[in-house]
Amino acid sequence: MAFENLTSRFQMALRRITGKARLTESDIDQMMREVRLSLLEADVNYKVVKEFTDEVKQQAYGEKILKGLNPGQQVVKIVSDELTKLMGETASELKLNPSGTTVILMVGLQGAGKTTTAGKLANYIRKNHDKNPILIAADIYRPAAIEQLQTVGAQLKIPVFEMGKTNPIQIVREGLDYAKTQGHNVVIIDTAGRLHIDDQMMDEIREIEVISKPNEVLLTVDAMTGQDAVNVAKSFHEALHLTGCVLTKLDGDTRGGAALSIRKITDVPIKFSGTGEKLTEIEVFHPERMASRILGMGDIMSLVEKATAEIDEAEAMSMMEKMMSGQFDYNDLLKQMKMMKRMGKFSGLLKMIPGMSTMANVDQIDDSQLAYIEAIINSMTKAERKNPELIERSSSRRNRISEGCGRSTTEVSRLISTLDKQRKMMRQLQNMNPQNIQNMAQGTYQPRESRAMRRAKKKSGGY
Amino acid sequence: MGLFQKFFQNKERKQKAEKYKIGMMKTRQGSLSSLKDILTKSKAINEDLFSKLEEIFIMADIGIDTVIEFIEELKDSVKTLQITDPLQLENLIVDKMFELYLKDEIINTNIRYNQNGLTIILFVGVNGTGKTTTIGKMAFKIKQEGKSVMLAAGDTFRAGAINQLKVFGERVGVPVIAKEAGSDPSSVIYDAIQIAKKDKVDVLLVDTAGRLQNKVNLMNELNKISRIIKRETNNQPYETYLVIDATTGQNGLSQAKIFSEVTDVSGIVLTKLDGTAKGGIVLAIRNKLGIPISFVGLGEKLEDLEYFDIENYIYGLFADFFQG
Repeated sequence: MAFENLTSRFQMALRRITGKARLTESDIDQMMREVRLSLLEADVNYKVVKEFTDEVKQQAYGEKILKGLNPGQQVVKIVSDELTKLMGETASELKLNPSGTTVILMVGLQGAGKTTTAGKLANYIRKNHDKNPILIAADIYRPAAIEQLQTVGAQLKIPVFEMGKTNPIQIVREGLDYAKTQGHNVVIIDTAGRLHIDDQMMDEIREIEVISKPNEVLLTVDAMTGQDAVNVAKSFHEALHLTGCVLTKLDGDTRGGAALSIRKITDVPIKFSGTGEKLTEIEVFHPERMASRILGMGDIMSLVEKATAEIDEAEAMSMMEKMMSGQFDYNDLLKQMKMMKRMGKFSGLLKMIPGMSTMANVDQIDDSQLAYIEAIINSMTKAERKNPELIERSSSRRNRISEGCGRSTTEVSRLISTLDKQRKMMRQLQNMNPQNIQNMAQGTYQPRESRAMRRAKKKSGGY
Repeated sequence: MGLFQKFFQNKERKQKAEKYKIGMMKTRQGSLSSLKDILTKSKAINEDLFSKLEEIFIMADIGIDTVIEFIEELKDSVKTLQITDPLQLENLIVDKMFELYLKDEIINTNIRYNQNGLTIILFVGVNGTGKTTTIGKMAFKIKQEGKSVMLAAGDTFRAGAINQLKVFGERVGVPVIAKEAGSDPSSVIYDAIQIAKKDKVDVLLVDTAGRLQNKVNLMNELNKISRIIKRETNNQPYETYLVIDATTGQNGLSQAKIFSEVTDVSGIVLTKLDGTAKGGIVLAIRNKLGIPISFVGLGEKLEDLEYFDIENYIYGLFADFFQG
């Protein structure tokens, strides 16, 4: 919905500012306005957005624009890098006590998913850390909360300690003793959901923290939380010694900006994410993935980042060798297109194919046209695909192909000339020195591609 | 809380924007200090002031699109009315908020009871918003109005959900129709409708499992439930309440949109408004999708469910911003 608007607005902004060597203040301001909107749309807290954009602005000003990126993309890159840095660059693990008992305290608002997460976490720790967990049911307030935990425990075959609706402090105390006598080395305490402004309930959780001396205090937060995430995280962080966060319901279509707000306000790492209703659906949280989800400019980022990651390196390399040798045929073109498809449907990536950018109006080629090209190639015989000259010479072959795929002969001819151009260009490339290729890369190629080319050259011994 | 007192005594009262002026609220509730502070401190109506207002609205989760729209309209009005004194903005803002919500319609959020037979109310929403608790409160409210109530335990998926509803049934003193966990929710609901009809119950409240709106299978399941109810009520309109947590951010829009595609969402129950969250997303939902807010949840007790009152709500939006 609104998100699509933003993306297109963003692209507009990208288009407006191109062709400069360094980022100017107005470039940055323009782009940052769009970044700001995007972050707000993702539910990142207003104040956090403000601070963040101000910081990035400072950083971006005067920055040299990397080869192959336009100024807009450069800003996005800086934003994305900073966002990743802010989210924490690596995943943070649980602090498990190697010899003694590990106590994990689950806290959060009502309905965030504490009980489900407690079960998922117990299962995760048992499986990945070879421990013997037990759950303590300390939510005596919500009707059937104890039973919910018992059901979860039964499904996972993990014991649940409960004492009905007695004092939660007492439940925790006796639960910890029980765990010790039964040889459980991980204890996960499920507590009642509570509002951060409910003093009485916050006192209770503080007391539970004091007597249970937890190794981990995990704040469970709904990924759909809006601006209020900051208040919640701050209050819980002030009251308790939070060691981490669990972001639940991340399998929904929310952008999850709350993650950024919480991280920025509390500096507590997000350790896990809940990714489904099944009790196995919990994952170690990957901050770098979250950064691009929040920014919501995945497609633009792709042009900048994704190209190398998704293409199979070896495949790309052999493709390059083929191109360099001037033996490039329709089979290769098809393969190349499939590679592109895997990277995502971005017509912008067409520019990566040498010679393609000279085809009429690359920007207007939509993804359906990619399908047409594929259809044309599929209508060729195997011999024709291998030997492009066959089609070039014979109009009856062209007519047959055109009928076979349902595209006009003009389109078929256009494809033929494209391939021809590519082959010619490739032959020229062979005679160039690396310096020239690099210069060319700045104009026609995406930067990552040119890097891949350089690597390809290295492999084949250079020339 | 205190802000959402039982103001909405006369439920039939027509909510006309011009009736609710800010001065009235001020005398009743203390003051609109935060907003007033900003307006008093501002020497002129300028971009700086507008960006401060923007902050208030965004912090309430109203959402950037609706806020930009709102601020633009505000600017236009300032121009046409030739307002220069920031203090005069007060009335204008509140009027505009009313307009945004009411959209020249008279919103009647009362439950549409079926005069000759069973009234069915369906509760839908994502996980953890408080559907089951809301049903408990609603049962209490409707029973107090002198009607007989029955509950259908349509959440057969979440561990403990059936028993949670049974506990509420006991507390309120109304019967609960349930099957064992894991059974087909449609069949539970179908049975409950038959029993409710046979027992001549006035109102049947139907619980459903929480589901994220992007889970196609679960949404199809909900669509089936909705079809069954339609069939059993002879296509009479019935209330479907989308339960939304006040802490929800912009995802609320997506929730409202997709849930209305598979069911006929007639109103929103905004829960957990007793926290610090403002639940402003419901204004965006009303603005973009036209769905009104019917009830608000204001606490954990059975009586903590109120008819939505836009006046009190708007007051709440401004009341405690910019403290400290």
